Amino acid sequence: MAIVELKQVSRHFSKGRQTVEVLDGIDLTIAEGDFLALMGPSGSGKTTLLNLIGGLDQPSSGSVEVAGQQLVGLSSRKLAQWRSRNIGFIFQFYNLLPILSARRNVELPLLLTRLKRKQRRRNAEVALTIVGLADRAGHKPGELSGGQQQRVAIARAIVADPRILVCDEPTGDLDRDTADEILDLLELLNREHGKTIIMVTHDPKAASHAQRTLHLDKGSLVGETA
Amino acid sequence: MSTFGLVWANLFRHRARTLLALFSIIAAFLLFGLLRAVAVAFDGGAAVAGVDRLIVSPKFSIIDGLPVSHQAQIESVPGVAAATHATWFGGTYQTPANFFVKYPVAPREFFDLHDEYIIDPAQLETFERIRTAAVAPEELAAEYGWQIGDRIPIEGDIWLRKDGSRLWEFELVGTYRVRDDENAFAAFLFHYDYFDEARIAQTEGIVSNFVVRVADPERAAEVSAQIDARFENSTNPTRTATEDEASRQFAAQIGDIGLIMNSILSAVFFTILLLTANTMAQALRERIPELAVLKTLGFSDHRVAALVLFESTLLCVLGGVIGIALAWLALGAIGPSLQALLGRIELTAATMLGALGIAVLLGIVVGLGPALSARRLQVVEALRR
Ligand SMILES: Nc1ncnc2c1ncn2[C@@H]1O[C@H](COP(=O)(O)OP(=O)(O)OP(=O)(O)O)[C@@H](O)[C@H]1O
Ligand SMILES: [Mg+2]
Repeated sequence: MAIVELKQVSRHFSKGRQTVEVLDGIDLTIAEGDFLALMGPSGSGKTTLLNLIGGLDQPSSGSVEVAGQQLVGLSSRKLAQWRSRNIGFIFQFYNLLPILSARRNVELPLLLTRLKRKQRRRNAEVALTIVGLADRAGHKPGELSGGQQQRVAIARAIVADPRILVCDEPTGDLDRDTADEILDLLELLNREHGKTIIMVTHDPKAASHAQRTLHLDKGSLVGETA
Repeated sequence: MSTFGLVWANLFRHRARTLLALFSIIAAFLLFGLLRAVAVAFDGGAAVAGVDRLIVSPKFSIIDGLPVSHQAQIESVPGVAAATHATWFGGTYQTPANFFVKYPVAPREFFDLHDEYIIDPAQLETFERIRTAAVAPEELAAEYGWQIGDRIPIEGDIWLRKDGSRLWEFELVGTYRVRDDENAFAAFLFHYDYFDEARIAQTEGIVSNFVVRVADPERAAEVSAQIDARFENSTNPTRTATEDEASRQFAAQIGDIGLIMNSILSAVFFTILLLTANTMAQALRERIPELAVLKTLGFSDHRVAALVLFESTLLCVLGGVIGIALAWLALGAIGPSLQALLGRIELTAATMLGALGIAVLLGIVVGLGPALSARRLQVVEALRR
């Protein structure tokens, strides 16, 4: 069953009189439970595509249906609510809040739920246990290594139990060994927890963890390797 | 963690900067509390007054005084039910810090006119009989530990004695209290006759003002005009006003308290506004990526804006509450020594609520700009930086 369905999606940006076509007529279907890697040269539109799937951006034209919801035309408030329930985001530079401890960072998405304070705390601790960082719950991001910070970010992405994880170069800032650990963790989340993962990467070795790899060039999908 | 925890953590991310802003807000509200308490005390003196009473003062300056002989003419004005006089005495008891108001008065007349002053009839009788007698408000006697029968020496400054001495000595024969009104203005009272005889000849027969009771409060304005008309062409013209107006005029001669205070407070709050606004704007600028992250996680535009607004309001309310608490402590410490001059000085509920209102308003004004920017913030744009 398709969890992501993009039809004829285009996205262009206008700067003054100039228009930049970033994505051009993308058709893309991703099945639930897939682990998909998205590769392509810098500036090819990977992040832009990811933002559309994650409900952070709207296409200039086309249809974006994700997790059973047509995202085109949703209000910003509705989109925000939809994201909080369906998408976990993982970024290259972790994007943790430096003032909050690991546990509190992980707890953030739960502030949008009806969970009680105790339950929120417990769920955050479970998520940290899944990523193997239960013993660092009280540390602030500045006190953690890059790999550990990315684990916290992953815990934050999964704590509200979304169906889809959207990762933009999650290992781009990490050394080989740490990157492998993170990729193993993502694989585990895909395999054991059934998360659909869409991951942008420049690294063929990272892409090899995925089941499918799509190639994007100058705003068009140019091929697929399995 | 709660939303409050998130806001709190954000607020204190730059501890030094936040504390600096917080201290300025505290200082502003401390000042606000103190100045408002004093202003209320000034108003409070006026509030004691009933409209059935008028004060006849010298037309031009409170320094001049009026001849005591005016009293008979005032009493003859139609609509005047009774009149008496009071005189500003000045003087020092032991040290200048022991400030309280002292009036030479005609005992029976004075108490008859001020029926809110309650004294034991036997004590009033003694007060009338003994020429060097004095009576004091209960709190004043308690404050200085005076007992009935004590001799109370006052060193004169305005009024000199014929015998060349500056020392006035009075025997305390009674105490009185003011009905229903803790804030009431109350004075140390002694015999006018004794005072008048003892002071040097040039100043004999001069009093500061007259207190008049009108038969019909509805006609107070008319009576007041008639009294002033009677002395219009004398060497000592008068100005007659309600006690309210009179005490406001008195305050006005000291300086326009209200205007001065409001100017000070406006300047202070304007400075605080700029300072806090700057703090908040700075805090917002460096947090743009984080706010974008919150939006990615599903925080709506409004929610993110509310967080920012909540933060600035929390800062201002925190400063306001601490500032007012400090003002309350400070007034508890210095209030009693100012009581004689200004009546009871304290923070009223209105002042505290007003402070809270100002704090919330300040927080909103200061946070509104950053909150709107936070609301407009485009996630995709912000994350690209
Ligand atoms: N908001 C925007 N306004 C204008 N141009 C934009 C905007 N967002 C993206 N672009 C342009 O779209 C193109 C694709 O950007 P995108 O970030 O999707 O590339 P990418 O494939 O993720 O590249 P990288 O590998 O460097 O991250 C770039 O040329 C970029 O300048
Ligand atoms: Mg990118």
